[in-house]
Amino acid sequence: MEINRRDFLKMAGAGMGSMILPTPDKSSASKLAEAENAFSMLYDATLCVGCRACQTACKDRAGLPPVTDEARLYEMPTELSADTWTLIKLYNGEDDYSFVKKQCMHCVDPACASVCPVQALEKTPEGPVVYHGYKCIGCRYCMTACPFDIPKYEWDEVKPYIQKCDFCADLQQEGLPPKCGAACPTGALISGRRGDMLEIAHKRITENPDTYIDHVYGEHEVGGTSMLYLSKVSFDKLDYPKLDSKPIPEITWPYMKAVPYVFFGMGGLMTAIYYFTHRNDKAKEE
Amino acid sequence: MATASRNLRLRPYPVGLGMILIWVAGALGLSVAVYRWIVGLSITNMSDNRPWGIWISFDMMSGIGLAAGAFSVAAIVYIFNLKKLYPIVRPTILTGFISYILAALTLLADLGLPANIWHLIIYWNIHSPLFEIGWCVMAYTTVLLLEFSPVLFEALGWKAPLELIRRITIPLVVLGIMLSTLHQSTLGTMLTALPYRIHPLWYSPLLPVYFFLTAIGAGLAMTVFESYHSARTYQQKFELDIVATITKWIPYVLGLYFVIRVAELFISGKYIYLVQEPWPAFLFLIEMMGGILIPTLLFLDPKVRYSKSGIVWAAFLTMGGLILNRFNSSLVFLNGDFYFPSAAEIAVSIGLTCLGIIMFDAAIRFLPMYKSPNQKKELVTES
Repeated sequence: MEINRRDFLKMAGAGMGSMILPTPDKSSASKLAEAENAFSMLYDATLCVGCRACQTACKDRAGLPPVTDEARLYEMPTELSADTWTLIKLYNGEDDYSFVKKQCMHCVDPACASVCPVQALEKTPEGPVVYHGYKCIGCRYCMTACPFDIPKYEWDEVKPYIQKCDFCADLQQEGLPPKCGAACPTGALISGRRGDMLEIAHKRITENPDTYIDHVYGEHEVGGTSMLYLSKVSFDKLDYPKLDSKPIPEITWPYMKAVPYVFFGMGGLMTAIYYFTHRNDKAKEE
Repeated sequence: MATASRNLRLRPYPVGLGMILIWVAGALGLSVAVYRWIVGLSITNMSDNRPWGIWISFDMMSGIGLAAGAFSVAAIVYIFNLKKLYPIVRPTILTGFISYILAALTLLADLGLPANIWHLIIYWNIHSPLFEIGWCVMAYTTVLLLEFSPVLFEALGWKAPLELIRRITIPLVVLGIMLSTLHQSTLGTMLTALPYRIHPLWYSPLLPVYFFLTAIGAGLAMTVFESYHSARTYQQKFELDIVATITKWIPYVLGLYFVIRVAELFISGKYIYLVQEPWPAFLFLIEMMGGILIPTLLFLDPKVRYSKSGIVWAAFLTMGGLILNRFNSSLVFLNGDFYFPSAAEIAVSIGLTCLGIIMFDAAIRFLPMYKSPNQKKELVTES
């Protein structure tokens, strides 16, 4: 176990403490402000030529097997899966088309990390949302809660783990860009500070208002994401859902914060009722 | 051990076709669960876009909801001081205890890495509703075991531990109510994290309140079913007077739920889905009318409550209403790939339910579950 006794006691203490004392929680605005300097990527769908170099580079780096058919022939995977962490899709409309890249969005305030009962998913301050398989119990709440449908499961394994893009967190630690971005030949996928990426995105929109729709996807969606998107077709066509700017953890946290009050409140109420309904017991006995 | 043999009562065990089927289904379900640990989750029909199946909706969500009778009846008898209902406490606590054991067993089948379940104790995430549920369920199962232990101690004739448990009965009951309030409502909180997945007719910021209220209603209705089952199987007297008194409380709880939910429907403007989308509207109406409004009206009528078939049917409707509600909100109207449970999933769900009936029957057969004439005196001094 990567946890020693002192850490455990610290955690237990913090846990107990926060059950009794309401801890000051960061607002989504302050989390967004902090994310300014976090690692981020900008995908410009208008520059993507659909070469899928990013897809191959990802498989290569993460050691993911190609998805083959029964005859072991390689076809293009059509959906993200435990063996495919990123994927290029083509939207082919009546009179418009666009490529679109799929992978974990690395939310600023991710639902998966908030709902995981054992902290197997973690939002690192640097930006990536990483998965600690050794903690996982396999409840799959992260899969259900993710608004982008990203965490995938090893359904065929006897001991299955969650699989998803980890933003090449290990490479980033060394100051290197993620493999998908490094592999992109057209500059459709660039990386850097989230603040800089947003600046570039908005600059591109203002300079070429006819090329882009006026929306940087991921700037505000579910409280902001590390992956930012530019496109010339609307995002719902690219299977990117219309989402509120409220982070999902902010929906559940007020309820969870109320837990100690409900717990002890109910205890107090029941004790009071007990003494009220049994107030004549002593008298009866005498 | 002379006392032990005196207190152990062997009732004749009815071996009919029904019982044989229950044993076969129980054995089958358990074998499939063991098989699942060998081969993994690939025998289920769950998929990446449908990560939760009937084990969550039926065994966890519905099973724990229906087990709410244990804390509700304990509250009514010990806290609200309705001693008349005492005879039903033991079977109700037992049902609760069995339900939680079954939920834990299902969870061990459903979790991808069941061997890691103890991680809940060392890796805390107080933000996660599931973390809170896990802790409450562990603690409450212990409380239920302690609440049920006097039956075992009586059967064994152990005086000292019996006395000890009797002394802490009230604190135990209060603790049970506190823990149940939390995890019954938190099962609702768990679904509030899925605003983009659950159909608006079932998604609501009030889900924790809804889950808590419906659990109490259906949990109390479940006591009718238990009494009816043991009466029918063991030629026990069907305690109509007792279940009629207990179900008097249901209309208050479900009536409140009905009013809040309908009010929310109109205040939030979600009623338009009743007009626009026929399938959700249809199931919503069945759930709210057949599962809530009709049983509420039935339980309001003393004539129904004091008629054997009337009260049993009203109880069935209430329980069905809860199960339908849990299925609608966590499976049917949750966005995702098409899903129908595989034979293995159904076998485990049915099998574990049968296992619960077998455990319940075993307790009735071997343990002093219902008062007998020579125990009457003891009971009076206890309460």
